[in-house]
Amino acid sequence: MENKLTLEVITPYGELINEQVDEVYATGAEGDFGVFPGHCAFMTALRIGSLSYKKDGQTQYVFINRGYCEVLNDRVLVLVGSAEKVEEIDVERAKAALARAEERLRKAQAGEADIDHARAQAALERATIRIQLATKLIPR
Amino acid sequence: MPTLRDIRKKIKAIQGTKKITSAMKMVAAAKLRKVQDSMLRYRPYATKMQQVLADLAGAVETRGDVPPILLRRPVKTVEVLVMTSDKGLCGAFNTNILRAAHKEINRLKGEGLNIVLSVVGRKARDYFKRRDFQLKNVWTGISGKLQYTHAQMIAQEMINAYVTEAVDEVVVIFNEFKSVIAQRVVINRLLPIGRIDSTPAEQPTFIPFTYEPRAPELFAMLLPIYIEIQIYRALLESQAAEEAARMTAMDNATKNCDELIRKTTLLANKVRQASITKELMDIVGGVEALKQSEG
Repeated sequence: MENKLTLEVITPYGELINEQVDEVYATGAEGDFGVFPGHCAFMTALRIGSLSYKKDGQTQYVFINRGYCEVLNDRVLVLVGSAEKVEEIDVERAKAALARAEERLRKAQAGEADIDHARAQAALERATIRIQLATKLIPR
Repeated sequence: MPTLRDIRKKIKAIQGTKKITSAMKMVAAAKLRKVQDSMLRYRPYATKMQQVLADLAGAVETRGDVPPILLRRPVKTVEVLVMTSDKGLCGAFNTNILRAAHKEINRLKGEGLNIVLSVVGRKARDYFKRRDFQLKNVWTGISGKLQYTHAQMIAQEMINAYVTEAVDEVVVIFNEFKSVIAQRVVINRLLPIGRIDSTPAEQPTFIPFTYEPRAPELFAMLLPIYIEIQIYRALLESQAAEEAARMTAMDNATKNCDELIRKTTLLANKVRQASITKELMDIVGGVEALKQSEG
């Protein structure tokens, strides 16, 4: 039998994915990376971004929050604070969040409000990637 | 002597109360089940993450680069995080935790330490505001729609305070869910992180991982998650304990209603019998009087 990867995505709300897949791509702390069967033992932190995997020639996309990823013996373990499959993304909510984050950052720039810059920036990033994923703007 | 009408009215009122308390008990039971389900779903994430961090800690320890949130320093200021519920009608749930928290604060103050207080839940906020405490952070409206992001937010605040040396220690006080009838007040130290607890590693053999970024940096990036995990667990425990306490309290209230209804019904019967007896006596008296006037 051909070699496969076991992909496990686990969040505080339970196991999102546990499947046999062919390839996995994700956004690591130091850049995007890809995993094929036979990959070396590997540990990294994940940034807010997208994770995709190929199974039977089909590519699936998942939105992931900050987290951790390890590859060991053809098993890809992803532990993240939250994750959503593309079809589960609430675009309207993401758009609202995007508008809110932009507004806050704009106010902060104008010196009108004292806000947590890192949090607004992270919110902006999450919303942008969610929207891009849901509207299939991220090509692979 | 109350009239029969008054007593019947009272019974109706108690029956109404009973309907409400038994409905609230069922709602609490449903919510408890939901929280317990969340706890179950949460377990794999928490245990795996703890395992990863413990392994990393072992890998990093030998190199001597210690992230700031692991560093211990002389304690002058302690941040106390108290978790209560937003709503009442849950028995001694909030009273227990607030009493324990107050005692702990007094103990720490007695040792000459400064206290910074942060609270989760309206009940804690009201309690400490009434006693003129300064509150650094207040989080309300979490119970019922608890998300992991709440834990991330709270963890971020605590870590910031610790890293900027505004506080030298962080403790959390919450109700642990032991069983439906038992909750236990727990006082845990969050920061600085002592030893990372975990189950013994499955593979004790050394695996030559490629770390990206290098292990110490990766460890420092992931360490805040350890705090998040503990806070989220505490929040879940507290919620489960709250609903369990409410369930028990409402169950007792329903039983009390039954008892009251029984007693009041007894009283109603007595009053009814007394009035019947009185009427009979009146009639008999009247008949006797008539007989006498005829004879």
